[in-house]
Amino acid sequence: MTVASKQLESGRHTREGSPWTGLWAVVFKEMADLLTSTRMRILEVLILLTAIGASYAAMTQIRQTIGRDVFLFLKLFTVSQAPIPSFVEFLSILVPLIAISLTFDAINGEFNRRTMSRILSQPIYRDALLFGKFLAAFFTLALVLTVIWLLIIGLGLIGLGVAPGGETVARLLLFLVATIFYGGVWLALAMVFSITFRQPATAAMASLATWLFFLIFWNILAGLLAAIISPVRLGLPQEVLHNAQTQITLARISPTFLYGEILSALLNPAVRSVGLGLLLPFLPQGAIPGSALPLDQSLLLIWPQFTGLIAATILLFALGYVLFQRQEIRA
Amino acid sequence: MSNVVIETHGLTKRYDEVIAVDNLDMTIREGEVFGMLGPNGSGKTTTILMMLGLTEPTAGQVRVLGLDPARQPLSVKARVGYIPDQVGFYDDLTAVENLMYTARLNGIPRKEALSRIEIALQRMGLGEVMSRPVKTYSRGMRQRLAVADVLIKQPQMIIMDEPTQGLDPEGAHEFLNIIRHLKEEGITVMLASHLLHQVQAVCDRVGLFYQGKMGLSGTVDELARQYMKGGYRIELEVLGDRQALEKALRQVHGVTDVAYLGKHRYEVRAQGDLRAEAARAAVLADGRLLSLNVEAPSLDDIYVRYFQEVEHDSSKQAA
Ligand SMILES: Nc1ncnc2c1ncn2[C@@H]1O[C@H](COP(=O)(O)OP(=O)(O)O)[C@@H](O)[C@H]1O
Ligand SMILES: [Mg+2]
Repeated sequence: MTVASKQLESGRHTREGSPWTGLWAVVFKEMADLLTSTRMRILEVLILLTAIGASYAAMTQIRQTIGRDVFLFLKLFTVSQAPIPSFVEFLSILVPLIAISLTFDAINGEFNRRTMSRILSQPIYRDALLFGKFLAAFFTLALVLTVIWLLIIGLGLIGLGVAPGGETVARLLLFLVATIFYGGVWLALAMVFSITFRQPATAAMASLATWLFFLIFWNILAGLLAAIISPVRLGLPQEVLHNAQTQITLARISPTFLYGEILSALLNPAVRSVGLGLLLPFLPQGAIPGSALPLDQSLLLIWPQFTGLIAATILLFALGYVLFQRQEIRA
Repeated sequence: MSNVVIETHGLTKRYDEVIAVDNLDMTIREGEVFGMLGPNGSGKTTTILMMLGLTEPTAGQVRVLGLDPARQPLSVKARVGYIPDQVGFYDDLTAVENLMYTARLNGIPRKEALSRIEIALQRMGLGEVMSRPVKTYSRGMRQRLAVADVLIKQPQMIIMDEPTQGLDPEGAHEFLNIIRHLKEEGITVMLASHLLHQVQAVCDRVGLFYQGKMGLSGTVDELARQYMKGGYRIELEVLGDRQALEKALRQVHGVTDVAYLGKHRYEVRAQGDLRAEAARAAVLADGRLLSLNVEAPSLDDIYVRYFQEVEHDSSKQAA
């Protein structure tokens, strides 16, 4: 027993080897699975139709009304022609859907196929399996979004007959990166649910419910909560401002809201402030609308939102990690 | 003395209220086929999971091939193959693709992996169907695929949980032969099962589990001698004088009872396999021996007997 206690002292939790042993094996296998899956086929068709439809509508609109503009290409993504929404509006709905569909059965699927104990009895840690699955979904999402992005730009080049300027390209690239990371939040969320719920259908429903909650209800709730926390009693300007700030702070809990702020700053160089401006358009913006902000200024504006999205992804992944480490692996 | 491959000391696993494994001491030696036998819920699977570092022990020690699975799980899992209870595969992938994933997780280079996969699948009789998706496989084929899967890493030891469950008698028989072949190759095999009669023939030693404890262990013969006085049933068909024959058989050392079954058939109860002795006695008593059969005591009998004692003891203690 002295041997035993000595070993306990030397630390039961110092594990041998790297936690990432086998990571790339998992990533390649999972990516191959995802890219060949039926759900991917469906999503591809959906996205393709959206891209073509939205950019066609935008192009007709742009040609009719705007004419020459330095940021013509950005309009391709944001201009809508009723009843077709702009491509960005489409994306903000499609991206969470794609992301959720990539990971809602990541972990519970292995349990249901009864492959979990066989895989974990190979010389890898759970870390590698979980992170490998996340990375595979992330790369798949990035791949899909990049393809659509290129497609739209290609359509724009043909349709508008002008090449985008350097800054426009930079803004579009940042938009792509932001969109991928926005998807990352939903990937991580659906992954957490795939750990907590044994039924993939339950995990998918829980993920979709969370998404709908943030898409529809959270802004309303934020308004109601702000009215309680910082009420406007006398209608003084400070009160209104205070109330609006509370509302913004609450609204920023929602990744959808953060993404909206990022998009507005990146794709509309005229936007000089985010948040308040989005919620309360009547507030003075402190600048003449219409004069474009340089890219670095726009970027500075949404930098907190950007890191917020990444932090949310990391937090959710960490939560999933803790839950998965504690899980009994037998079905 | 052959090397010890698995050793546990005071191994314990507690889930809230339930003690799944209770202060377990067991030893498995190199090259043997060891059977962990016991009813459902007796802690066999939990013990296995602790041996592979897939679950942390609440207390006690495990050593697998001299390694501590809680601290060196990668080394343990690289050397030990595990076939879980109700093993699953990726149904849409072929057998080769499934095993290739295993090979990659084990860090085996692609070329080497392909040759190992081919050999393993051929050996398990799956050569013909190796490019078919696993969803087309029968239960028995999946079980053989599971063996091929663990062979990829060229393990020193294989642990199987309920390997014959869900197989038809023929499939189970075939599977037991596979286990014998693995043993011939020098691979140590540990299997857990609640189907005692199916696996008793293949196990060199068994341990009987009950409520997280291993009550008995040893060869089936040892256990039979210990727990089943007169557990062997020998049946003879002899022409000759009935009284003389019965008397002669009764005098054989180790025989506990003799009964006449009619039509020149005699039933002899003995402590061991006394076929040769019984036959000799019958012939010496001027009998003409027509046939001779023996029925070894089954583990089921031993098991039932053992638990009657255990329960009897514990009720006595409670009283
Ligand atoms: N995750 C768990 N939580 C609580 N109890 C468990 C858990 N896993 C197993 N048990 C209990 O531990 C005991 C032993 O189970 P197990 O090792 O699966 O037995 P066996 O493999 O011999 O059928 C059972 O009583 C079972 O209910
Ligand atoms: Mg079991």
